[in-house]
Amino acid sequence: MLSVQDPNTPVTFSPELISKFADVVSRYPEGKQKSALLPILHLVQAEYGWTSVPAMDKVAEYLAIQPIEVYEVASFYTMYFLKPQGKYVLEVCRTGPCEIVGATPIMQHIEKTLGVKEGEVTPDGLFSWRGVECLAACGFGPVLQIGPEYTFYENLTPESVDQLIGDLKGKANN
Amino acid sequence: MARKLLLEHINVPGINTFDVYRSKGGYAAVEKALKTLTPDEVVEEVKKSGLRGRGGAGFPTGMKWSFLAKPEGVARYLVCNADESEPGTFKDRYLMTHIPHLLIEGMIVASFALGAKTSYIYVRGEMMPQIRILERAIAEAKAKGFLGKNILGTGYDLELYVQPGGGAYICGEETALLESLEGKRGNPRIKPPFPAIAGLYGCPTVVNNVESIAAVVPIINEGGDEYAKLGIGRSTGTKLISAGGNLRKPGVYEIDLGLPVEEFLYSDEYCGGIANGKRLKAVVAGGSSVPILPANLFLKTINNEPRLMSYESLADGGFVSGTMMGSGGFIAYDEDQCIVRNTWNFARFYHHESCGQCSPCREGTGWMEKVLHRLEYGHGKMSDMDLLVDVSKKIEGNTICPLGDAAAWPVASAIRHFRDEFEWHVTHPHEATTRNFGIAHYADPLPKLEEAAG
Repeated sequence: MLSVQDPNTPVTFSPELISKFADVVSRYPEGKQKSALLPILHLVQAEYGWTSVPAMDKVAEYLAIQPIEVYEVASFYTMYFLKPQGKYVLEVCRTGPCEIVGATPIMQHIEKTLGVKEGEVTPDGLFSWRGVECLAACGFGPVLQIGPEYTFYENLTPESVDQLIGDLKGKANN
Repeated sequence: MARKLLLEHINVPGINTFDVYRSKGGYAAVEKALKTLTPDEVVEEVKKSGLRGRGGAGFPTGMKWSFLAKPEGVARYLVCNADESEPGTFKDRYLMTHIPHLLIEGMIVASFALGAKTSYIYVRGEMMPQIRILERAIAEAKAKGFLGKNILGTGYDLELYVQPGGGAYICGEETALLESLEGKRGNPRIKPPFPAIAGLYGCPTVVNNVESIAAVVPIINEGGDEYAKLGIGRSTGTKLISAGGNLRKPGVYEIDLGLPVEEFLYSDEYCGGIANGKRLKAVVAGGSSVPILPANLFLKTINNEPRLMSYESLADGGFVSGTMMGSGGFIAYDEDQCIVRNTWNFARFYHHESCGQCSPCREGTGWMEKVLHRLEYGHGKMSDMDLLVDVSKKIEGNTICPLGDAAAWPVASAIRHFRDEFEWHVTHPHEATTRNFGIAHYADPLPKLEEAAG
């Protein structure tokens, strides 16, 4: 992933990324390339960490659709970040079944450990966190996921969260 | 021990690879269907099986298939709904993670039956690991000649793709899913026309849940009549139940429909009872949308008959004293859980997930969330319960898609069955923020039942 990009700088997609876009577009019938929008936004977010307006404009250009068609989709779906995030975004499930097995204490622990509120980025740029709705892992709660691979961490305890944050810090510093 | 049709080989090492899956009899249904049956005969077998949609609505799958319009020269599509997001439900994730070829095999057979040349599996975006698993499995199947051009030399062509969603519960509604697959916001469409007439790109389309598609494999292998012998009455076959909440052994279980709920809940073969030796307070039997029931009404119907895990038995008593099978998202609540807090949590979920198209749902879910929030945090009024019921009634039935109903039912049922707990939150505002109401009298017959099961 590249470092957080300045929202005002125009974006140029790498040839590797463009070839991934083309692969996605090939899945749909002729003229239905707009279907590629959601998968392409995921690819953009995996590359840049979020979906900026210049990046979305470039996606619109690539798919030959209006920029508003990209904005309205990116703002509708919860997975796309419309502002820069930490390198690792901890997304904790906070819906019913996870809540009754302790999602709230886990989020409080993360807030205390990272020292930032929901949606904010730690000063070193490494972490942000937020509560999300049901992640369909209700038998193994509390759970959290970390993009862009969306790796899952189940049956969380404060200790396992500490371990995870420590591991990620170690990974980032190497 | 009940027979397993879907999860029989789930614990075989390497079952997620083509070769191991094949060595366990995998892809036999593709061979049988493509080489010995016509598409109409496949549809007929699924009709005979009595299979009902496993995503929540329970509509007969074979009948849904037979509604598909087949105009000359127009493409037809099969789309698998793997946007599993109903709180309490995680069976599809489990199936796709561990036995992805079962879904792919089902997709090939179902696409053949419907005459689809291109099919999509729409997977919720958060399930990126499952998307990678499916894509790898599709590549394997294609390399072995089970996908692509001229499958097994039969002249049938099929391309299968995986499409990620973007994180929106509403896309589990089939027309919202199709909008999303077309690269748009997930706003449900007004029906009619139904997808069977005008679905993806305006073409005839069938949308089926992961588990429904997977169930087609044993139906073709053994015949629809054999499948229909399992289960009870109109609830035929087996069903995956995602068991979560305060259970000793949460997880995904495949049951014969008709299993007594008491056995499912307390026997060691299944959930093994309530965790930490606590008592059962309430159950949500089929995902967060279905009415919540207190333990006594869940275990026995209002006529004092043992309740069974079947579409009919769970719905016995209607919404007065029954619930629904839904998607099979089973959530158990122990005596320490607060029904008001849980109802607020679900209301927040539906408010968050409402697409905003219809005013009753967009506004009503927000009001319910606010009122429940003040009840939970000790600022509620005695009139709030009637207000909530009133709001829920004004959402129910007045929206384009069933999300409005799904948001209304849990609130209405919680107040119907647990009204005294809500009232206690009003009369004891300070106490309600420091401790839970407890099990109260809802579980009256329960201790005896627990002893009997133990």
